[in-house]
Amino acid sequence: MKKWTELVPGAVVLEAGSSARFKTGSWRTFKPRWVPENCIQCLMCWLYCPDMAVKVVDGKMTGFDYDYCKGCGVCAKECPGKQGKKAIVMEPEGK
Amino acid sequence: MGKIVAVTGNEAVANALRQADPDVCSLYPITPQTDIVQRFSSFVSNGVVKTELLNAESEHSAMSAAIGAAAAGGRVITATSSQGMALMWEMLHIASGMNLPIIMPLVNRALSAPLNIHGDHSDGMGARDTGWIQLWSESAQEAYDNTIMAFRIGEHMDIRLPVMVCMDGFIVSHSIARMEYLEDEEVKNFIGPYAPKNPLLDIEHPKSFGPLILTDLYHEYKRLQHEIMGRVKGVALKVSDEFAKISGRKYGLFEAYRLEDAEIALVILNSAAGTSKDVVDELRDKGIKAGLLKPRLFRPFPYEEVGEALAHLKAVCVMDRADSFGGYGPMFMEISSAMYQNVGTGRKPKLINKIYGLGGRDYMPHDARQVLLELHEIAGGAPVRVVKEYIGVRE
Repeated sequence: MKKWTELVPGAVVLEAGSSARFKTGSWRTFKPRWVPENCIQCLMCWLYCPDMAVKVVDGKMTGFDYDYCKGCGVCAKECPGKQGKKAIVMEPEGK
Repeated sequence: MGKIVAVTGNEAVANALRQADPDVCSLYPITPQTDIVQRFSSFVSNGVVKTELLNAESEHSAMSAAIGAAAAGGRVITATSSQGMALMWEMLHIASGMNLPIIMPLVNRALSAPLNIHGDHSDGMGARDTGWIQLWSESAQEAYDNTIMAFRIGEHMDIRLPVMVCMDGFIVSHSIARMEYLEDEEVKNFIGPYAPKNPLLDIEHPKSFGPLILTDLYHEYKRLQHEIMGRVKGVALKVSDEFAKISGRKYGLFEAYRLEDAEIALVILNSAAGTSKDVVDELRDKGIKAGLLKPRLFRPFPYEEVGEALAHLKAVCVMDRADSFGGYGPMFMEISSAMYQNVGTGRKPKLINKIYGLGGRDYMPHDARQVLLELHEIAGGAPVRVVKEYIGVRE
């Protein structure tokens, strides 16, 4: 751990992207589950996710990064799904 | 040298801000400070400053915007009084915690309730622990000078802290007095161009302000803040020396008036110090060795220097234009702390505390005379009747 003499005044973080080291997945009580057959690849989940926990590869939703997903449920709420069926459903953690 | 004018304290401070030509001014009007931002808004409208003016919807927002603009990398000002600063409260701590040198004139005014718009020091004294540097001013001239010096102190690379420059509401802010402006060019050269530190708008070097810091490091960050505050005294004196060269006016950490050979003294802030000095002179003419100490840098407080300056006295009255209900007056607590450090040397005057002038109640020469005569009796061996007492109050 750093001593006070080693800190940046004002607690300014001078390094970009350092929040990647702060894994927040353990905060989760509900977990999003992706249902690919109902997914229309609109990427609304990716757009809304406050923690960049939606994994997109080559422009396609491929699942969640559970190291960072806090389980807020915004993705599931915004998901339009297909024919009334959601492509993201929230389930209790540990189910 | 600059020109001699007759202006109000607010006009003087508004012109100091104009001469500093800040990048951003976020404001919300409140009596008795309104006049400052109103005048500054005219400067913006008339194009005499390059400042981006932001009319916020509250003081909380005004300070929030000031913090954002300062973090972005700009020289930032605002101004407030009383309830306005009370509404800024949480943001005051954030400005200092993020080391953002925002400059804010505080036109001292009483706090509600009951509602009152006149001058006392409840607002500034309440902000004692916000981590801001505080400079207090007796007159329009001192408020103008302190405002100019505040930029140099707050923006110093070893410090980077917000500064509030205090002056008495109405008594100074709205009274016309003789004072001297420095030339625009002199002030510009003295303050210098703004040098940002870790600006957010430096997009080549991305960074974050305001991280979550829990039990593992918060204590260390506060230790660092304490360290930085400790550097202010030296910088303030150095800036003051340089300011004396361009202005001919020399400021210390406090003003000692006829104190060196005094036996009794008042410790008193801001405009009431002027009234008191006249009475000190009057008592001196009668052979009573009276003196006065007027603090200027209140945060950080120069305990050692003040303790040393008062140590030889027999009796001192600390005059507070604010009360800490259930405690002594806020200035009394500081002076008591300063004097206790001298106990080891065996030099400690008797101390009393008077609360005066709340809500703009007049402080008259007879008030100063009454207190100094009481000190004269205590110095002569009379017992201290009561430590803390309201004066100028109907009984």
